[in-house]
Amino acid sequence: MATDTKIKVVVGKPGLDGHDRGAKVVARALVEAGMEVVYLGLRQTPESIVAAAIEEDADVIGLSVLSGAHMTHFPKVMELMKEKGIGDRLLTGGGIIPTKDQETLTAMGVGKLFGPGDDPSLIVNYIQDWVKEHRREN
Amino acid sequence: MTPKTAEADRTAPVRDADFTTISGRELKNVYTPDDLAPEDLGENLGLPGDYPYTRGIHPTMYRGKLWTMRQFAGMGTAEQTNQRFKFLLERGQTGLSTAFDNPTLYGWDSDHPLSAGEVGKTGVAVDSLADMERLFDSIPLDKVSTSMTINAPAAWIFTMFLANAENRGVPLEKLRGTIQNDILKEYIAQKEWIFPPEPHIRLICDMFAFCADHVPQWNTISISGYHIREAGATAAQELAFTLMDGFTYVDAAIEAGMNVDDFAPRLSFFFNSHMDFFEEIAKLRAARRIWARHMKEEYGAQNPRSWLCRFHVQTAGCSLTAQQPEVNIVRTAIEALAGVLGGCQSLHTNSMDEALALPSDKAVEIALRTQQVIAFESGVANVADPLGGSYLIERLTRELEEEAESYFAKIREMGGMVKAIERGFPQQEITRSAYEYQCALSEKRKTMVGVNEFVHENEVLEIPILEIGESVERDQIAAVKKLKETRDNVAVKDSLDALEKAARTKENLIPHLLRCSHAYATEGEITETLIKVFGEYREQAFF
Repeated sequence: MATDTKIKVVVGKPGLDGHDRGAKVVARALVEAGMEVVYLGLRQTPESIVAAAIEEDADVIGLSVLSGAHMTHFPKVMELMKEKGIGDRLLTGGGIIPTKDQETLTAMGVGKLFGPGDDPSLIVNYIQDWVKEHRREN
Repeated sequence: MTPKTAEADRTAPVRDADFTTISGRELKNVYTPDDLAPEDLGENLGLPGDYPYTRGIHPTMYRGKLWTMRQFAGMGTAEQTNQRFKFLLERGQTGLSTAFDNPTLYGWDSDHPLSAGEVGKTGVAVDSLADMERLFDSIPLDKVSTSMTINAPAAWIFTMFLANAENRGVPLEKLRGTIQNDILKEYIAQKEWIFPPEPHIRLICDMFAFCADHVPQWNTISISGYHIREAGATAAQELAFTLMDGFTYVDAAIEAGMNVDDFAPRLSFFFNSHMDFFEEIAKLRAARRIWARHMKEEYGAQNPRSWLCRFHVQTAGCSLTAQQPEVNIVRTAIEALAGVLGGCQSLHTNSMDEALALPSDKAVEIALRTQQVIAFESGVANVADPLGGSYLIERLTRELEEEAESYFAKIREMGGMVKAIERGFPQQEITRSAYEYQCALSEKRKTMVGVNEFVHENEVLEIPILEIGESVERDQIAAVKKLKETRDNVAVKDSLDALEKAARTKENLIPHLLRCSHAYATEGEITETLIKVFGEYREQAFF
């Protein structure tokens, strides 16, 4: 992947959570900021999300979880990413995620997680900075 | 005589601020009789209890009966939620409202692979009649009205409720309550569907017909704008899409051979009450007027009860902030007041901690107390429609009615709501509004206190957070597995086979679902049986 290509982000909602307002607003904000977004939509599994990230050669996976199932989905996606050889990409996301759980997930290697009231520009900046620092050279 | 203010003063400079509503509606500095059309104080208005019901559905409104204080509750196991129900009733709540967990809302059992991590998290897990028995244990079903927020599998969760009532010897005609049962807004906003629209709408019509004969006091549907608004719609979009959904159900039931007056009196509605105080009040008044006019004039309903838009209101979850959560108590109070001044029949007030987690006992008690302060201290319940005749309110009510009518025309042009949903029209309108509002926040044209202004740096959260233990999922999975081993599996199979056979005909499915429920068939087994006949719905993802 060349450094001048667009940052590519796969955005998905794992599990049964239908709250997609935040995911859609963030997806749009990432596009406005010049990134390429592959929006998978609802009812994704960790497997389908990781498969899409590999297929798209994405830099970033963004999960949106407002259902309380974050401690199931984030670790599972992280584990699959490592298993499938894309553990060097960023796994980030947002939802209703208590600070205590965020800390546990960060310790597992999950990136920063965002919540209600966080401006989309924070997410844009975070992803841009992360990619600048970590982008793989071909 | 007081001297008139000079014209120059009326055009004096104003603050550099956005004076539009939260939906982006332009407002004037002041409203006068010139802003009203003659009909706004005439045929558009009337008295409370009179057609077109702009001013309320009862002549005496809250002097006659206060709104029902109904807090949406559900978490963990049936036992845990049963305890929360009793906690709320002891503190003066006057009706129950059940929140189910995600697997239940999608029609899956707790042991389904897609249920992993979600059992009991955002509501109570119900897999079968056995859970329903524990959920309503020692709650007098013939005395407390009960609302159940469930849509795609509404018919078979409802028949589990009925089976429980029958087993306890409570006559079905004594049951009072509401089942949400509104699938169209699922496709539009909340996204909990199973089948394509047509079979879901058939099941809804089956419910209308069955309840008209057997459960006459039950509200067979709660046509909901709440979720549409939460997904980002403006006030006018919420109003228009909700009522258009309502007309779609009326059309379907008439097409299924029912007489409008046989089912329309049991249709009910559910609206959001957001932060923009006057616009919300106007929206609720407009809803009553539009519904009454269409039911009477377009559908020719004769029974005045068919004309009534009776509704529940919930304060806006999306207006709550994770930052400085105590401030949410104030937001909720303002929104609840708008719901009451808009003439709601029942009300849920959100708890201050809902941008963080499911509400704690303490938070839900404050939310209920908020309603009690409005009802018993503020004096607003003493007069029916106290804002009637206000230049601003009557003008906004008319504007909202006109905007809704223009959406109706647009949707009809597309071939109706189902067609509009299939081409993503309401979904795209809502997504656009949500993004525009986010931009307004980012650019600080709109303010959320504690979020984009008046921010508390390095805030430390100081309120207790309710946690649902992981044992809930393990216990629930064990219970459903055990049930499947211990029940009469021949009776289960027979009832499911009969259901499948009936689903392939035009027969009313509710008696079959009731039989399955009595046999302790699980929710997921019923879902899978019906998927064999009806298929599954897939959404085109877009943003």
